[in-house]
Amino acid sequence: MQMSDSREIAAPQAVVWAGILDPEVLKQCVPGCTEMSGSPEEGFEATVVQKVGPVKATFKGAVTLSEVNAPNSVVLTGEGKGGAAGFAKGGATVRLEPKGDGVTMLHYDVEAKVGGKLAQLGSRIIDGFAKKMADQFFENFQAAVEGAGEGPSPADASAPEGEGGKKKGWFKRLVS
Amino acid sequence: MPKDHGIGASQKRREDVRFLTGAGQYTDDINVHGQAYVCFLRSDVAHGRINKVDTAEAEAMPGVVRIFTGADFEGVGGLPCGWQVTDRFGQPMKEPAHPVLARGKVRHVGDPIAAVVADSLEEARNAAEAIVLDIEELPAAVNMKAALEAGAPRVHDDLSDNLCYDWGFVEDNRDAVDAAIKAAAHVTTLELVNQRLVANPMEPRVAVGDFNRATGDSTLYTTSQNPHVIRLLMGAFVLGIPEHKLRVVAPDVGGGFGSKIFHYAEEAFCTFAAKAINRPVKWTSSRAEAFLSDAQGRDHVTKIELALDKDNNFTAIRTSTLANMGAYLSTFASSVPTWLHGTLMAGNYKTPLIYVNVKAVFTNTVPVDAYRGAGRPEATFQLERVIDKAARELGVDPIALRRQNFITQFPYATPVAVEYDTGNYVATMDRLEEIADLSGFAARRKASEAKGMLRGLGVNCYIEACGIAPSNLVGQLGARAGLYDAATVRVNATGSISVMVGAHSHGQGHETVFPQVIAEMLGIDESMVEIVHGDSSKIPFGMGTYGSRSLAVCGSAMVRATEKIINKSKKIAAHMMEAAEADIELKDGKFSVAGTDKSVAWGDVTLAAYVPHNYPLEDIEPGLEETAFYDPSNFTYPSGAYACEVEVDPGTGKVTIEKFAAVDDFGNVVNPMIVEGQVHGGIGQGIGQALLENCVYDENGQLLSASFMDYAMPRASDVPFYQVDHSCATPCTHNPLGVKGCGEAGAIGSPPSVVNAVIDALQSGGHNVTHIDMPVSPHRVWQAMNG
Repeated sequence: MQMSDSREIAAPQAVVWAGILDPEVLKQCVPGCTEMSGSPEEGFEATVVQKVGPVKATFKGAVTLSEVNAPNSVVLTGEGKGGAAGFAKGGATVRLEPKGDGVTMLHYDVEAKVGGKLAQLGSRIIDGFAKKMADQFFENFQAAVEGAGEGPSPADASAPEGEGGKKKGWFKRLVS
Repeated sequence: MPKDHGIGASQKRREDVRFLTGAGQYTDDINVHGQAYVCFLRSDVAHGRINKVDTAEAEAMPGVVRIFTGADFEGVGGLPCGWQVTDRFGQPMKEPAHPVLARGKVRHVGDPIAAVVADSLEEARNAAEAIVLDIEELPAAVNMKAALEAGAPRVHDDLSDNLCYDWGFVEDNRDAVDAAIKAAAHVTTLELVNQRLVANPMEPRVAVGDFNRATGDSTLYTTSQNPHVIRLLMGAFVLGIPEHKLRVVAPDVGGGFGSKIFHYAEEAFCTFAAKAINRPVKWTSSRAEAFLSDAQGRDHVTKIELALDKDNNFTAIRTSTLANMGAYLSTFASSVPTWLHGTLMAGNYKTPLIYVNVKAVFTNTVPVDAYRGAGRPEATFQLERVIDKAARELGVDPIALRRQNFITQFPYATPVAVEYDTGNYVATMDRLEEIADLSGFAARRKASEAKGMLRGLGVNCYIEACGIAPSNLVGQLGARAGLYDAATVRVNATGSISVMVGAHSHGQGHETVFPQVIAEMLGIDESMVEIVHGDSSKIPFGMGTYGSRSLAVCGSAMVRATEKIINKSKKIAAHMMEAAEADIELKDGKFSVAGTDKSVAWGDVTLAAYVPHNYPLEDIEPGLEETAFYDPSNFTYPSGAYACEVEVDPGTGKVTIEKFAAVDDFGNVVNPMIVEGQVHGGIGQGIGQALLENCVYDENGQLLSASFMDYAMPRASDVPFYQVDHSCATPCTHNPLGVKGCGEAGAIGSPPSVVNAVIDALQSGGHNVTHIDMPVSPHRVWQAMNG
């Protein structure tokens, strides 16, 4: 299954870029994510609880980053295993493009495949499900980074290893 | 008045009393004291290298008795294939190993990797989830054409490619067929897909293995159509257990449709594990597992060419087929697209030259094997579709074109190695035209059109080869077993009779029909006769039930054994009445001396056999029990003509079957009601294939249609009331009952008539559509109309 889309985000490219690489941001944005740890260098470990049609499962997965071209593009590759529910794996190429006035275009191409019970029982609904997941993720992400833009200065926020206190500003709108 | 007794009586099925009251004893109803439960951990990738199976954490889970992996089966045989096909070049087919549990690689989604045996099923399932797998997914070979290309992923690393065999039949005809097609006045070509199906019997498979430490005997209770075949294959080829130490029991079985012929890994596992842990082991398939582990059916991609001369006589047929074997060779997989398919390509027609080419292909999918009809539906579909297409291209009536080319002289030797003993295709077609009221079709079409619907009529014929089969013939063709059957008729002292048969009843109604035959022969009531089947420790060595063979082969054995009983009891009766044996007549359960009023009853004679106080002990032994083995001298050749009328909704593409008429020549019929039921069920499955069912894998080999949410089984509302007729009977010439077999006919004969009818409907609406692949779903019909 393949999906491509673009989103206009009202935040400078550096802020958006930093958000992509931040496990805390990702945790808030991935629907159903209960745990997220790791770093861009080492890759992320995540636990996601999701229900696809009749199949509900806890997926434990790993995401690695490759072809990192800061702050323009990155390839994320991941696989989640859901035990008896099967697996999902895939990759996303994310590209950022400055539009001026602190606005960034985020382009993504996602390729995903599912296996096991997910494919056997969920194939009719998997495309719609994946689209919904992607929409939710980027909506959350947009909200998170646009919120972050209102907080501290872009220069601070763009630091890859932002300090905890400053990070909170990122989620002001999410948690309020 | 119709008969209510013996051959020809529509007796109600005695087995239905227990089936309909919930008193059937199915394999899952069998629980052996102390049994443990097994859960198979199955691959969720279609193709992958097994780097590691870590069971450490799972072993420590509550209730776990033992976890088995492929390594536990080192030195144990693989699952065998029962038929060796020789290719066009004289080489044997490729026969890769089929381990009980995967070793080295997994080759299809559902391939068993590990088996957890635990005190309860829940504990086994939980522990299976705790097994840590390291499997490196490999690119999968899914599409047959792509799987044959150079550089395609190889399903079996030890084979040079994914081609199992390239079979030509009759190879010596090849050049003559090519020349005839070149010289033909007209050639009609059709490319089609005979899609993969899932058998889906109502009862999923179950296996219970038991080992008796005191005697060293193993017992397997299993959902099988042929317990002796399983005992032979599993005992001799997989586990190395001699026959006298292995008992296989197939009790009530809730449908098979072919999928329960084969020897499966789970059967071998439960038998093996029960001995290994010294405890009975039970496995019950879930419906989801059945989709991933029962052998599937059909899956052919075919090109057929039909050549005609200027007078529309068929001059040659050439076919080229890719047949999917799946990841491993299931028990009879290799025979289905070859000897059960190529030999039927003549159909009901006198085509002098035929050449059939079949390439069997390994793919990373569930193995494919026989499913109701097995090869014959594939042959019939392509032949009857291409004839319809030819009639349309030539502008002639499709029935007239068929009639013109019918075989009319019997016996008839086809150019594809078989000899039809009898048939009357003209009479069958006459009867069809009558009962289907084909002359009224034009008016019915008008009425449909007035409602805004397109109406189509599809007609086709079929021939099948049943009663498999003469052992010496199938031996030459590569079968690794004989295909006779056996029956023991045990007359008890008071005259009641137990008949132990090699055939297995799993919906066919043997328990009703077989007694009707004996009752007719002896002139006694059916209630005195009981059929015993399904337990290798009770019945003689018979080959089981498939290929519409039970009555034609096992029933013949039973007739032979009963004849021996009659001969012996006449000797006893002659002694009792002090008469000559030649003067003894048996009628209505009484032995009498011709020309006198002397008689003795059946029960007096049987009692004398067991209480031989006044008995010719110097001439014959006491007791009254006889066994016969029957090996047929030829196949039987049921045939028929079917007509289907459909309405197509031009707005949605939905096809509704309005009328369906089936005229079948089954030879003699023992129980017309049961025969009618078999035809109804077969047509229902044929309509399922034609309109609804489709087994779909994605490009990675993931099975997408793995539940009844996505795999569309036919429902009552999808099928019409059938008109069924079997009055055009030409009895089989070479078995004692003159019977031919009726189990598969409906599934063989119905798909082409449905598709022919849909094409006819679309053509009547001005749509130049010449073919739609099955299932002819609303989506496909709408696309064809609007594409």
